Amino acid sequence: MQYQSQAVAKPYFIAAIGLFVGQILFGLVMGLQYVVGDFLFPEIPFNVARMVHTNLLIVWLLFGFMGAAYYMVPEESETELHSPKLALILFWVFLVAGALTVLGYLLVPYAKLAEMTGNNLLPTMGREFLEQPLITKVGIVVVALAFLFNITMTVLKGRKTSVTMVLLLGLWGLAVFFLFSFYNPSNLVLDKFYWWWVVHLWVEGVWELILGALLAFVLIKVTGVDREVIEKWLYVIIAMTLITGVIGTGHHYFWIGTPGYWQWWGSIFSAMEPIPFFMMTVFAFNMVNRRRRDHPNQAAVLWALGTGVMAFLGAGVWGFLHTLAPINYYTHGSQITAAHGHMAFYGAYVMVVLTIISYAMPLLRGRQANSNKSQVIEMWGFWLMTVSMVFITLFLTAAGILQTWLQRVSDTPMPFMQVQDQLSLFYWARELSGVVFLIGLVVYILSFFVKGETKASA
Amino acid sequence: MSEAFTKSTARNIFWGAAVFSFLLFLGLTFDTTAALPKRDNRQNLTPEVVRGKHVWEQNNCIGCHTLLGEGAYFAPELGNVYIRRGGEFIKAWMQGQPTGAPGRRQMPQFNLSDEQLNDLVAFLKYASEINTEKWPPNIEG
Repeated sequence: MQYQSQAVAKPYFIAAIGLFVGQILFGLVMGLQYVVGDFLFPEIPFNVARMVHTNLLIVWLLFGFMGAAYYMVPEESETELHSPKLALILFWVFLVAGALTVLGYLLVPYAKLAEMTGNNLLPTMGREFLEQPLITKVGIVVVALAFLFNITMTVLKGRKTSVTMVLLLGLWGLAVFFLFSFYNPSNLVLDKFYWWWVVHLWVEGVWELILGALLAFVLIKVTGVDREVIEKWLYVIIAMTLITGVIGTGHHYFWIGTPGYWQWWGSIFSAMEPIPFFMMTVFAFNMVNRRRRDHPNQAAVLWALGTGVMAFLGAGVWGFLHTLAPINYYTHGSQITAAHGHMAFYGAYVMVVLTIISYAMPLLRGRQANSNKSQVIEMWGFWLMTVSMVFITLFLTAAGILQTWLQRVSDTPMPFMQVQDQLSLFYWARELSGVVFLIGLVVYILSFFVKGETKASA
Repeated sequence: MSEAFTKSTARNIFWGAAVFSFLLFLGLTFDTTAALPKRDNRQNLTPEVVRGKHVWEQNNCIGCHTLLGEGAYFAPELGNVYIRRGGEFIKAWMQGQPTGAPGRRQMPQFNLSDEQLNDLVAFLKYASEINTEKWPPNIEG
């Protein structure tokens, strides 16, 4: 750790991992409800569990991004953070607000929560991923703006690198596009159209800039490859991201009331969305192969390479599987979508946050890398989580193919719930893989508590 | 990548790509906005439908169901449920929940008033009349 103020990243990373555990536990509840329908009913109905599962994911990734920014920006800008105190205050505000929101989901019926929190004044709730009460949404904006102020001021007073420029652009984009969550017209088509300006332009737009910046930073550190080379790659990758991803939003505009020409725009541009992810894979492997040093933190290198591969598979390949309009006509809103969602979020965003945590945490704890013993256990966590996520994805894909066939392609289409009964074997297999994922997560967390021989601090 | 291709070239390509993509996207958005009145069934956005959408949102229906294919995949598609089941069935169904059948997926009892049920049905009828390019492929959603 080169600058004292980088230390504020630590609570962010710890909170991120803690909320990650919560996300997985609720995922397992939902997975079981898919096959044992009345599990925990009426205490935790499926819609509540799902809201907690997805919202915790978003919040912990945001904790991860913010922690990453607080760690990276002082080092890149070669100056202390503008205000470490503000960063710590925001940490507690965000954590308490997040915890209260989740408690609200769990303890109060959603309609009552909506009434209590002013959803009648400005209705924004009850839309997928944007379920947060109005006050939480306002809180997110306030925290995001104060965070961006802190980071931007730091960048402005120090050295400006391409990595921080791209990171800042991604983070500002994240905040700006979130503002569309306050726009909820009664016209369902318009509502859906602009809902994607938050959801798609986040995960297939500005978040990829953040992903690229985090990956580039870690690769610069662990490979020692010339910054100029890595930053050149970064620009080319994110250029491809925006060329394909922005118009690629059109793959959500096939069947929601928007004009038919989106089937062409959406299919063609989103078919190219795997390209930047493939470049990211090549980039990560290329840089590690050309490394000028063998960094003692081999676990971080593994996470960085894993991000390249899994983001390409999950976001790139599994996205491509169902992105062409004639195929999407049959697969839209099926378990194929769920399969893609799981591997894409894990491969791209979960893994990149775990990459930066893997790299930064030892340094925040006063050593360049963890002991060999600790790293081996962390790598076990990596493989258990990654392989089980591959299986979750494969089982959901199998379920999705069968579902699509029975319900939509066959000459005698079956009703939804009858089809679901036919899929239970795959749902059980998915749940089992989910249990292995949880074991992997526990192993990963245990690695933080393993001492062993530590290498001297750099 | 070759040495002749410099970082500043890459940066310029990025900015060009970013600006071009967003302008093209805005252009298409503009055209879509102009085309929507003929497709999105806005002539039927009655006060009942508007209230019905609010009921839909206040009870987080999207947490289990899909609507025009978007949402959760735990329970049936509802974009065409009005055509599949009809308004009276929908109201009776919601009043009969949960079934309590052991091991089966359960839908909560939302305790909606008669007016709220009517509004919700009006919203689902409106949604079923949006021009969705013939999606879903069949009545089962």
